[in-house]
Amino acid sequence: MFDLISFIILVGLGYFIGTQIEKKHYASLKRREALYLQLPAVTAKNMLEERPIEKASLISGSAAISTDYFKTLLSGLRNFLGGEISAHETILDRARREAIVRLKEKAADADIILNLRIETSTVSLMGGAEVLAYGTAIYYKK
Amino acid sequence: MILTNIESVPGKKIIEHYGLVCGSTIRAKNAFKDLGAGFKNIFGGELKSYTALMEESRGQAIERMMQQAQALGANAIINVRFSTSNIAQGAAELYVYGTAIKTE
Repeated sequence: MFDLISFIILVGLGYFIGTQIEKKHYASLKRREALYLQLPAVTAKNMLEERPIEKASLISGSAAISTDYFKTLLSGLRNFLGGEISAHETILDRARREAIVRLKEKAADADIILNLRIETSTVSLMGGAEVLAYGTAIYYKK
Repeated sequence: MILTNIESVPGKKIIEHYGLVCGSTIRAKNAFKDLGAGFKNIFGGELKSYTALMEESRGQAIERMMQQAQALGANAIINVRFSTSNIAQGAAELYVYGTAIKTE
């Protein structure tokens, strides 16, 4: 009986607090992404303009996002039934966008970021994700 | 030392190639951070200690790669790639590699 109560409390906490944290994170991502709209990050390597270049440097950004108890429960059910685990998609989406925003924050005065690569690794068996984004920031001579 | 992850250093000519250089580091989280991450797995959110740990470890791997390149007499590393593997629960290996070159 006690087990059941603590389980329900954990799921409830996970659902309410987790949803709140996710909402806040998405709002902050939207705001910060808008700030860096003028700085393109591309996966191409040869999008350089015919202009003298001041410097080029490797930059990276990373973020580790964890799941909440409610999502762990949902994905457990999905693992049993099969199908798309949309609860985990938002975790990876948030981690990737956060990593890219941090990368751009580090190179805020660059002109373009070339060869952007994104790498994902798992944090724990529970389903958290760690994402690294890296690329080459190009600064043209002003 | 200039680092890029494309095949050249834009705006500069490559004079000499020195071949592959690499650096790696294996890190484990401490028990307290693991405990904190366990709590975070209930509520969700960012694992700040884990992000910091990975950043620091990656910095160290890059440092080791740069030392290797310096010993060869290079002044830049091109085509840098990162790779991460989980070798055990709570421990991760961070590996970084690239081509050491000399630019003008």
